[in-house]
Amino acid sequence: MRTHLKTALAFLRNTWRGLTSMRTALVLLFLLAMASLPGALIPQRSQNQTEVDRYFDEYPTLAPVLDDLGVFEVFSSVWFASIYVLLFISLIGCLVPRCAEHYRQWRAKPVRTPRNLSRMPHHAETTVDGSVDDALGAARSRLRGWRTAEEEEPDGARSISAERGYLREAGNLIFHFALVGLLIAFAGGKLYNYEGQVIVMADGSEFCNAGTYNYDSFIAGLNVDGTGLNEFCVRVNDFDVQYQHTGQVQSYVVDTEYQSTEDLQTGQWQPHRLEVNHPLRTSGDRVYLTGNGYAPQFTVTFPDGQQRTQLTQWQPVDVPTMLSQGATKFDRPGVEDERERRQNQIAVSGLFAPTPAFDGAVLSSQFPDLNDPTVAVDVLRGDLGLDSGRGQSIFSVDQQMVEQGRLNREARENLRVGEEVRLADGTTVRFDGVERFANLQVSHDPTQMWVLGFAILIIAGIGASLTIKRRRVWVRARPADPADPDAGRTIVEIGGLARTDQAGYGEEFYTLTEDILGTDADRTSETRADLGAARGRND
Amino acid sequence: MAVNETLSTYSDMAYATSVVLYMFAMLLYFAEFSYKRSANPAAAAQRERELVGAGGGSAAGTGVGRVETPAKRPMAERLGGMAVAITVLGALVHGASLIARGVSTGRAPWGNMYEFGSSICLAAVLAWLIVLYRQSRKVHRDTTAVQLRALGGFLMLPVAVLLFLSGTVLYAEASQLEPALQSYWIVIHVSAAIVSTGVLLLAGVASLLYLVRVRHENSPEKMAAVGSRLPGSRALDRVAYRATVIIFPVWTFAIVAGAIWAEAAWGRFWGWDPKETVSFIAWIVYAAYLHARATAGWRGVRSAWINVFGLAVMIFNLFFINIVVAGLHSYAGI
Ligand code: HEM
Repeated sequence: MRTHLKTALAFLRNTWRGLTSMRTALVLLFLLAMASLPGALIPQRSQNQTEVDRYFDEYPTLAPVLDDLGVFEVFSSVWFASIYVLLFISLIGCLVPRCAEHYRQWRAKPVRTPRNLSRMPHHAETTVDGSVDDALGAARSRLRGWRTAEEEEPDGARSISAERGYLREAGNLIFHFALVGLLIAFAGGKLYNYEGQVIVMADGSEFCNAGTYNYDSFIAGLNVDGTGLNEFCVRVNDFDVQYQHTGQVQSYVVDTEYQSTEDLQTGQWQPHRLEVNHPLRTSGDRVYLTGNGYAPQFTVTFPDGQQRTQLTQWQPVDVPTMLSQGATKFDRPGVEDERERRQNQIAVSGLFAPTPAFDGAVLSSQFPDLNDPTVAVDVLRGDLGLDSGRGQSIFSVDQQMVEQGRLNREARENLRVGEEVRLADGTTVRFDGVERFANLQVSHDPTQMWVLGFAILIIAGIGASLTIKRRRVWVRARPADPADPDAGRTIVEIGGLARTDQAGYGEEFYTLTEDILGTDADRTSETRADLGAARGRND
Repeated sequence: MAVNETLSTYSDMAYATSVVLYMFAMLLYFAEFSYKRSANPAAAAQRERELVGAGGGSAAGTGVGRVETPAKRPMAERLGGMAVAITVLGALVHGASLIARGVSTGRAPWGNMYEFGSSICLAAVLAWLIVLYRQSRKVHRDTTAVQLRALGGFLMLPVAVLLFLSGTVLYAEASQLEPALQSYWIVIHVSAAIVSTGVLLLAGVASLLYLVRVRHENSPEKMAAVGSRLPGSRALDRVAYRATVIIFPVWTFAIVAGAIWAEAAWGRFWGWDPKETVSFIAWIVYAAYLHARATAGWRGVRSAWINVFGLAVMIFNLFFINIVVAGLHSYAGI
């Protein structure tokens, strides 16, 4: 039993050691890089659902297998998570002892001057005028900013040991801990964030962040149930788009007003110029402009004189020219009977071009701005299928209804603003004009400032860790003539050791010895110290 | 704001001139390279050892860091000197081309793939010149600038190719940026990414040559033609390591700045967009390189391979992700 326990403990200890070794960290880093790769090469659901669907069409046998492996959601897959969790366990296991060690070094005195300084990788020696005191004084003032300790040696020599660059390790530890912090903040954000999309007409329409039902789509973290959203309202007054002559967009400016906190009670509105790169930040939420489009307005006048007007967004199908497609749907007013009502619904469905171009009678658009707004529409009458229980797109009519003959085309016409088309029973459909709409996105992520803070620590930490060098210098001064210590000649010897990569240390050592010893000291520098390693021998 | 057509034409002309100059410099570097007596490998190794010794400033009276100059400068050295001079000239003309682009459009001159590629090359060339300059100062070094010049042709080659591709296939007329790119973050984020990519290109080339050189050093009959003329493996490793170490925090910063910009432009700071993903992968690979350098058994050849792999990821990120994969960065315009 005891031995079992012992083997189990030994096993655990060895596993732990293995897990926290640099080698394991290296392997896990590689695995993480490899595991991320499909995320860039294979379409991801979180990015682009349509691309994923296309992938399924193109590789009907492969795609389901990949799907089971989670390849279409790499960054939320179990295997991806297990790699980084292991990596972070390894990291913490590696950091804690390093912290303790660093603390000890921080408190300790610089290492005593070794007896034989000429065996150090860097060494310089010369004889100077002046006493031992003078020499040490010069060294001391040159080594200001270093951590030093002085020592009397038995044979009358005195020495200073100096060390510098403790911040390197501190920076490194900060960097690694900040990585952990960033991951935790990032993961926390994923629990509490939400992102909603909504379309708002640029005619003074309002949107309020009162509940998820106000959104066209709403994605939220696990801990968000859609209640208790931060309250604010946005009103879109005007939408100004500037185009270059090429049709490329020069700028979008959405003239908005918003109210939050007290304004909600007092009814005050605050103005805000919403632009790309300039979201509205209020109540801990952000409102972005993510897209735009046109909404044509139609008025239907029924034979009995009743009128109905609708402004409905149509979907841009060709973004450079803003050719748009949609369907605007009407119920006949004043009809009580359910069946009769359903036989008299009207849809105006087709294409919209802000600046039309005709190929025969086929409409396309040649420029995205509103130069001569034109629609090419079918007017359909019958049952739109709105009560069929099937969901339907707001941008098209239900084709099944057309196929079953329950929805019939009664006219096909190209209309400019103000023009109308008359149906057989005297109903007219007029194209009144067009309004722009804005696609707004409301985002909420309570931890993003934390993520930013950790990211800044990461940069600061790694900067310190990679630019600061940990290095030691020892200066020893002894009388040139031990028999006559006051003769005024002193032998000064300096040894140097870079505790991390030697690169660049020689330079500092050179200037340091120049300052203390003058230019004609004898110097040796071991440039071959790590030659074996650099030669590619894998030791 | 309208584009100044005259100025952008001058910019294009300067660009073409700089490509020609770089190619000329490349030929001169290679001329110096092949002029160098490779002699027999053993002698070359011997000479290398001597040079290292001299570079180390051993007690000999040559002075620290100076290899004694022979009475007459050999042909090879004169070619190399010309190569460097022409590289400097090329960089000046290249810089002028970018400035003219920037002024003609009234914005930072890295708004599309053509301009981006051009800036990266300039960053790589400048990094190279800085390395040469630092190497030629009097404090002692393990290699002299003259020896290091053997790298020159191998750096100018990818630079010339990249510039050629940018100037032809990827060329874009000078024009205004679309709204999402109109932000001061383009100056911060993109310039950091440009400098990082340029310097990492230099580091990757050094690591690649290191691999060649090590093979040659370990068995002199291998890779003799190239290997024997390269600087010592230690010097190559040093260039690669120093370049990577200096630029890794900058690359980290570039990614963080990108995330801050994305928060303002795209509505979230990180969304695993293909560009973001591959930048993350490259970051991990370079972190692995730094770790490998500190791990027994991974120094030397293995870590050099990681650095080369890192460069491959960066290049993949530049071309494949911008052009082939549809992502938010694709709109940077080709
Ligand atoms: C998310 C994973 C990690 C990343 C991105 C990362 C990144 C880095 C970077 C960029 C450095 C600087 C290299 C240098 O100072 O030369 C570094 C150093 C270091 N890392 Fe990590 N690291 C990670 C995980 C780990 C783990 C799991 C361990 C321990 C098992 C570890 C141990 C170390 C050590 C000891 C150093 C100092 C090496 C040196 O001074 O050269 N790291 N790390």
